[in-house]
Amino acid sequence: MMRKRVFSVLLAASMAAGLLAGCGGKSESGSESNSTAEGSAAPASGDEGKVINIYTWNDEFRERVEAVYPEVEETSKDGTVTTLKDGTEIHWIVNPNQDGVYQQKLDEALMNQPDASADDKVDIFLSETDYVNKYTDADADVAIPLTDLGIDPDTDLADQYSFTKVTASDTNGVQRGSTWQCCPGLLVYRRDIAKEVFGTDDPDEIAQKVNSWDTIKKTAEELKAKGYYTFSSYADTFRLYGNSIENSWVSPGETTINVDPQIINWVNSSKEWLDEGYLDKNVKGQFNDDWNKAMGSSSKVFSFLLPAWGIDFVLKPNWDGEEGVWAVTAPPQEYNWGGSYVHGCTGTDNPEHVKDIILAVTADKDNLMKISKDYLDFTNTTSGMQEAAADDANFSSDFLGGQNSFKYFAPVAENIKIAPLCAYDQGCVELIQNSFSDYLQGNIDYDKAKANFETAIIERYPDITAVQWPE
Amino acid sequence: MGTKHKKVDYSKWGYIFILPFFVSFFIFSFIPLVDTIRYSFFEYYRSGIKEIGPNFVGMENYISLLGSDMLKYAANTLILWVIGFIPQIVIALVLAEWFVDARLKIHGSQFFKVVIYLPNLIMASAFAMLFFAMFSNNGPVNSILISMGLISQPIDFLGSALGTRSLVGFMNFLMWFGNSTIMLMAAIMGISPDVFEASELDGCNSFQRFFYITLPQIRPILAYTLITAIIGGLQMFDVPQILTNGQGTPDRTSMTLIMFLNSHLKSKNYGMAGALSVYLFIVSGILCFIVYRITNNDDPDGSKAAAKKAKKLQRRGRL
Repeated sequence: MMRKRVFSVLLAASMAAGLLAGCGGKSESGSESNSTAEGSAAPASGDEGKVINIYTWNDEFRERVEAVYPEVEETSKDGTVTTLKDGTEIHWIVNPNQDGVYQQKLDEALMNQPDASADDKVDIFLSETDYVNKYTDADADVAIPLTDLGIDPDTDLADQYSFTKVTASDTNGVQRGSTWQCCPGLLVYRRDIAKEVFGTDDPDEIAQKVNSWDTIKKTAEELKAKGYYTFSSYADTFRLYGNSIENSWVSPGETTINVDPQIINWVNSSKEWLDEGYLDKNVKGQFNDDWNKAMGSSSKVFSFLLPAWGIDFVLKPNWDGEEGVWAVTAPPQEYNWGGSYVHGCTGTDNPEHVKDIILAVTADKDNLMKISKDYLDFTNTTSGMQEAAADDANFSSDFLGGQNSFKYFAPVAENIKIAPLCAYDQGCVELIQNSFSDYLQGNIDYDKAKANFETAIIERYPDITAVQWPE
Repeated sequence: MGTKHKKVDYSKWGYIFILPFFVSFFIFSFIPLVDTIRYSFFEYYRSGIKEIGPNFVGMENYISLLGSDMLKYAANTLILWVIGFIPQIVIALVLAEWFVDARLKIHGSQFFKVVIYLPNLIMASAFAMLFFAMFSNNGPVNSILISMGLISQPIDFLGSALGTRSLVGFMNFLMWFGNSTIMLMAAIMGISPDVFEASELDGCNSFQRFFYITLPQIRPILAYTLITAIIGGLQMFDVPQILTNGQGTPDRTSMTLIMFLNSHLKSKNYGMAGALSVYLFIVSGILCFIVYRITNNDDPDGSKAAAKKAKKLQRRGRL
């Protein structure tokens, strides 16, 4: 109990510190750029500005730029300013992603972009798959088409996984962003439970037992007989269904939400699984205490569906047993979870630097392989990842018992068909899960859950007029 | 004519000294207030990063709010507030009376005064997070209950409306009863000891003393506590927000008015949020007025009413 208390206090403190840090960073960069603006008036045409402002939500991108961008000279101790060899400064404007803070700050800056002085303009900003479409929108025109920067997606980014290029494109197919990472997901399972229940922990044999929703249901029955849950919560499987929707939530130019039949399939099968006892009904949703505990050694949960970052940043810290107990194998359905996109911002005064940074971090195969080795990212290079899949010596993981996870990630990445995106994705995905989790837990009936989703979505997006449910 | 009496006028210094307050009130409170009311008549929000409006729509925001679940959320807020406030004021009154009572001679009362005030110093969000962890399905409370053999299955506290509401009420009670106790104690200590002594000589027992002396004497402070608690209750937000992840789960039964307002602000819907704020403003205004009238009647001991009655009787008698 004491530990919990300390933990929650720490959490709160770190949140507060994060907020303060965000404020501090912002005002600091503001004052600095003001002082530099006095010295140099508007830069002559063709000249690059002295300050590159990059909006992001954590250190991840900065670390990768430092690691692979050859022009980097040094970064200040507090991590807010990186100086390049030609004297240009990169100012990192970091706001946390939680509760939409990052998007709020970014939106504010983008609204002021036309009036901002050259050194205050946003030059590069990052976005996540969940809301990338909001910023690549052709009408909004805040992210520069890559071709306008001098990057030809067909040649320069030929080695990237094609679904990442689709994700970063607007409705006309113009690519407006690029990513260094690619987030195919796998099924991560406990070897000890597999041995006990199936008599084997061999990834290929386990893959046979989970290769479709029908077979995995039979497997779930076997697991249940021995007292184990197949997955921890109904939220675990949502990405797989949500990524395979036929049409986007809102068709371009319309104000009606179309709920895809796949979403209803998720609701129905989750209900069935929960009632059958294949899922732990005590775990509600993800990224909460119960979910974290389900990854511990005393848990009865057989497997999780996670991408590369999920294994390293979520599963590993929550696992309290010895290394080598977990293993990965192909999931019942290919899916993608997450991914950070890099965009050049319309109105930037540093187009050359923006182009260089995007190419260095997202298109250079050697750099990407270095990122894969150093940070265990599954990076956006088809040929490189195939090499990694074959290179057990360099890419095997102790945590997975010496397994080379790239061997399983690579084919998933090649087969991902990204669901059609729209600017309303984030709210739809979040709110449909919230509304229906009341139904899944048996608090309300199906129609009430539908009504609650309608209420919530119209609150979030006032321009939505109606919600269309599949027959 | 006669000589004018020249008086030194110091009143301008008074105005100068209170000027900073009025200036900052004007800039930081009054202008936003007027702006809020103005925007409530407009359609004004963001879709993605495109700004829609402001377009004047008259009373449309107000009407569509009435058609929404606003009243349900108002009821939620009221329920959550009552669950927390009733134990808060009862416990605070009892504790204040005990602490002040010289004859009880409570040892270390200073220590307890600090301890009961402590929960108020913790950030509400941290407090809510702590409760969230403690009362989760695999949390310590359930583990203790199970290992004591009181229950066999974990209780899903946060999955039921009753559980969630009680937890929110309990937390609000814990956070605020110390504050009320300190305030009521100050009020009780302000009563002249003569009155208590006199009552004792007259053979008054402690119940009579509490109900006929203490309570009527501290009425102004009690009213103040009530008013601040009502306004605080209307603005209840942080505890249920953190405890239910901003969703007011289950089935929006712990969604308060301010959480409702907040979900409009996620899309920067200033028009709708403004209209909701105006409703809240009117409701708090009415509530304050009622409480003020109840507690500040100019006839505290009933002597005026008695006099009137006597006069009436007299007149009748004469007739």
